[in-house]
Amino acid sequence: MNGLLKFSTKRSNWAIPYFIFLLIFVVLPLVLIVVYAFKDNSGNFSLQNFVKFVSQPEAINTFIYSIGVALITTMLCILFGYPAAYILSNRSLNRSQITVVLFILPMWINILVRTLATVALFDFMRIPLGEGALIFGMVYNFLPFMIYPIYNTMQKMDYSLIEAAEDLGAKPSKVFWKVVMPLSMPGVMSGIMMVFMPTISTFAIAELLTMNNVKLFGTTIQENINNGMWNYGAALSLIMLIIIGATSLFSDSSEAASDNEGGLI
Amino acid sequence: MIKKIIAQSYLWLLLLMLYAPILIIAIFSFTEAKVLGNWTGFSTNLYTSLFSGGVRHSLIAAIENTFTIALLAATVSTALGSIAAIGIFNMRGRKRQTITFLNNIPMLNPDIITGISLFLLFVSLGITQGYTTVVLAHIAFCTPYVVLSVMPRLRQMNPNIYEAALDLGATPFQALRKVIIPEIRPGMISGFILSFTLSIDDFAVTIFTIGNEGLETLSTYIYADARKGGLTPELRPLSTIIFATVLLLLLIINIRAKRNSKKLINKQTE
Repeated sequence: MNGLLKFSTKRSNWAIPYFIFLLIFVVLPLVLIVVYAFKDNSGNFSLQNFVKFVSQPEAINTFIYSIGVALITTMLCILFGYPAAYILSNRSLNRSQITVVLFILPMWINILVRTLATVALFDFMRIPLGEGALIFGMVYNFLPFMIYPIYNTMQKMDYSLIEAAEDLGAKPSKVFWKVVMPLSMPGVMSGIMMVFMPTISTFAIAELLTMNNVKLFGTTIQENINNGMWNYGAALSLIMLIIIGATSLFSDSSEAASDNEGGLI
Repeated sequence: MIKKIIAQSYLWLLLLMLYAPILIIAIFSFTEAKVLGNWTGFSTNLYTSLFSGGVRHSLIAAIENTFTIALLAATVSTALGSIAAIGIFNMRGRKRQTITFLNNIPMLNPDIITGISLFLLFVSLGITQGYTTVVLAHIAFCTPYVVLSVMPRLRQMNPNIYEAALDLGATPFQALRKVIIPEIRPGMISGFILSFTLSIDDFAVTIFTIGNEGLETLSTYIYADARKGGLTPELRPLSTIIFATVLLLLLIINIRAKRNSKKLINKQTE
């Protein structure tokens, strides 16, 4: 009894319940994806799921198409989001805190409600749903996730560096390219993570925005799982996981995580 | 000056684009037409029929589920995550690295992977999917954010006050209650709010863990509705209410935060 008390009062042991929780609900499920991916329907070890993926042009086409959509969405988000974040964080261009709140607000509304609203807008304007609607809807959904991290890093930026560059005679464009741009890169990187990853794995949004005419990789995975093809679905998930792992190697993943530290409020 | 006008008009143009869909929904929530875009005169009938009549059961039940799941998941996540954060903070070396790494996985994982992996877990263990599995799944992806919001608070805390409390005769649990928790409370609160909103917002993890016994959250309801073709007209007033509530809450939080920081500045200058 005394030993148990001593064990429970040592504070480094307090993480043990959570550690066990993580093993059951994070590690084991991921292991299961790998296990299912390398099994055939009768439960024997096999590579048939991966062979199926490589030999079916449809699956690969969807895969490449999804990466393309995710890339375009991410680039459009940078294109529209970067200037917005710059203006929002610049005290001589924008003083009002309200505009900042208005840009962050959509992040707090259910993603399906937002998508539903986009579909409604297109219906209202008599614009047919399809590829264009898909890209617009994605940018609409994920733009705040690009603006927020860039805005955050720009706000923490040391303004004396910019002033120093100006004092030393750099032209405004040079100040931007040589000082502001490099300093804001960490924000852009975590913005890319926050936009690219969800867009590449999205499924329902694409379905709603294109009336199920355009298929993304996430939709393919979901269909397989729903139709009881768990092994093939798991193999496709594993492929997606590898792609995303590769993406996060490009940007420092711990940075993306620590950006969330203060919460999104 | 011209620069500022251009900058401001860019911001407001972008905001107009971002809010156009929601505005359309809000405007057409005040008319009765089944199809969106037809204006059949002003009416608040959709609002009244949202809270009474046939649609009430399914849509309101879905919202109730969404909120109770979020409340349960956020509460458990906050407790589990705060205690874990204290533990991790007092760990050293490889052990600490391992658990921090594991803690990062759910945040970096795309939702669909989290959903499918948990689906496979519940299926393999033969657990029937329903309310409990959704709550468990939400706890799994919310807790890491609680750990991350409590950690900085622990770092800012003076480590000696906990030892002082023990030296003065407090039991470790008294010291936890009277010393540590008050210090980390702001981190716990923002972790709770974050978990709550993440849970409400979630679709991908929910759809894979909700089973097929008729349980619906707001997300799965909209999804099922949209798949069937026409959208329930009552979703329009509902979205409008959700939107207005969130807008109001965020504005209040922000105005309060501003007032508090002003107070702080005044105090410091006095």
